Amino acid sequence: MTTTIPLPVQDPRPWRRSLAGVSGRLGGALAVLPLIVVGIYVLVAIVGPMLIAYDPVATNLAERLRPPGSVLADGSTAILGTDGTGRDVFAQVVYGARTSMIIGAATVVICAAFGMLVGLAAGYWGGAVDIVLSRVIDVLIAFPGIVLAIVVAGLFERGLLVVIVALSLSGWVSFARLTRASTLSIKERDWVAAARVMGVSTISIQARHIAPFLVAPVAALLALEFGLIVLGEAGLSFLGIGLPPSTVSWGQTIAAGKEYLSTAWWISAFPGMALALLVIMVGLLGDQLNSRYQRGGAR
Amino acid sequence: MLRMIASRLAVGVFVLWGATTLMFVLIRIAPGDPATILLGSDATPEEIAALRERLGLDENPLVQYLAYFAQLVRLDFGESFRSNQPAMEVVLDRLPATIQLTLAATLIAVIIGLALGLLASRRPDGVVDRIVSTIAILFQGMPTFWVGIMLILVFALTLRVLPSAGSGSFAHVVLPAVTLALPFTAIVARLSRATLTEAMREPYIQTALSKGLSRGEALRGHALRNALGPVITIVGLQMGTLLGGAVVVENVFAWPGLGTLIVQSVSYRDYSVVQAAVLLIAVIVLALNLVADIVNAALDPRIRVGGRA
Repeated sequence: MTTTIPLPVQDPRPWRRSLAGVSGRLGGALAVLPLIVVGIYVLVAIVGPMLIAYDPVATNLAERLRPPGSVLADGSTAILGTDGTGRDVFAQVVYGARTSMIIGAATVVICAAFGMLVGLAAGYWGGAVDIVLSRVIDVLIAFPGIVLAIVVAGLFERGLLVVIVALSLSGWVSFARLTRASTLSIKERDWVAAARVMGVSTISIQARHIAPFLVAPVAALLALEFGLIVLGEAGLSFLGIGLPPSTVSWGQTIAAGKEYLSTAWWISAFPGMALALLVIMVGLLGDQLNSRYQRGGAR
Repeated sequence: MLRMIASRLAVGVFVLWGATTLMFVLIRIAPGDPATILLGSDATPEEIAALRERLGLDENPLVQYLAYFAQLVRLDFGESFRSNQPAMEVVLDRLPATIQLTLAATLIAVIIGLALGLLASRRPDGVVDRIVSTIAILFQGMPTFWVGIMLILVFALTLRVLPSAGSGSFAHVVLPAVTLALPFTAIVARLSRATLTEAMREPYIQTALSKGLSRGEALRGHALRNALGPVITIVGLQMGTLLGGAVVVENVFAWPGLGTLIVQSVSYRDYSVVQAAVLLIAVIVLALNLVADIVNAALDPRIRVGGRA
């Protein structure tokens, strides 16, 4: 039998070839796009509120429902228009970015820390610890996360802390499951056995010989969960059970704009675009981290 | 397979116990006295005290918990504070609307998702594949409640072809179902693309191709059937997410289902209704997960014979 040597196949359709070339080159530039966009969001969230003055409870009825690009009486331009009480929509988008970033970051850090601790304990010790943990997770995933968040956020006083707790309640589960699965395989590795033989304490083994190898998989999940949490917060605020009205949130602005949809589409449209773009870019960043980690793991 | 079902049922009963306990604890530690909320701010302290006693709110929490459980076992979920009807009746009244919405969304998501998956896997990494994966990313990242509002803006307010809110006719279902289906469509498309692409590398496909079938024919005739298993599983497993999504989407379109009921009941602190609704959702999620597993086992002999790993 002769071995066939695969010939380099060239697509006979030249437009396809050039298109592939273009997308290949674009692929290089596109690869850093999510990072750049997310970076811009972080920058806007930190610096934006310092540059733009905005009072979430002030009203200016003379300038209400101005379309995007209107020049207001005081000479300033409302790039994205004004809302039903004359507040600037652009400022709400900027301040909303800060709110989303704070809640997203705080919640995801809490979820990751708690989930990793629990997952590490369950994966390392197994036995009763593992059984109890698995059953608790079973209970939590029987409700859709958003329903649990709605119940918690709705029952308690509206506020930042309540929203963070409500979203964390189910958010830590995925971190715990991932950490548990990774720990199960890492603890069988030689260096862990060696450390154990040498009498290294359990806590040290977990902290110094297992935890560092959890960082890569958890990083990818961090991005994914961040997106879900930002969506969750906006959803709660949209339903009127998230943040109090004194805090600017994209979800609240979108809900407020729903009343004026037929006359002032811009109030709902722009914060939603800001939210969608952030979630999409963070998701892409997570995908990149994920494939990078998987390739690194295969080598 | 019977053993699998039995053990899953046992876990299910435990989960329901955990879920009800969690709800009980959450509601008891929440601020706000239901008696005060129910009677309004101009009630006298005597009236409030009388109602508290009637509702059993002055008992020791453990006694309340046991009493609550004794009720649940008899399938008595208490009365709605607002309507004085049994809570489960209030909830069951709203269930058909939510089922209608989720079923319509599932149907849309599976049909369009599979079609997109088939298109993408004809030429992995080709132009169509990239377009499909971009669509999937967009669908998954866009907040459903905002998409719903934008669809209302375009189809109800600008084009005036579909109603913006309410229920009753087929036209009313379209916008909420499409809104709810979008992220799920993305999931189905991604999953079916992955499983179809993988199936195309299997020997039986190579055989079919060498016998002269086109790639499209092999995909539809042979690979599709084998890629259906994971899709069915994901439909079952994602039902919880879909129901959660429905809760939000219903509020955008004033759809008279469980979602609008839960949000209203939570803000009125109508505890019995919140508990009954959340419990019902948990039961549905558990049941559908189990059904997905059974269907999957029936479709794939490897699972049926080998047992669950």
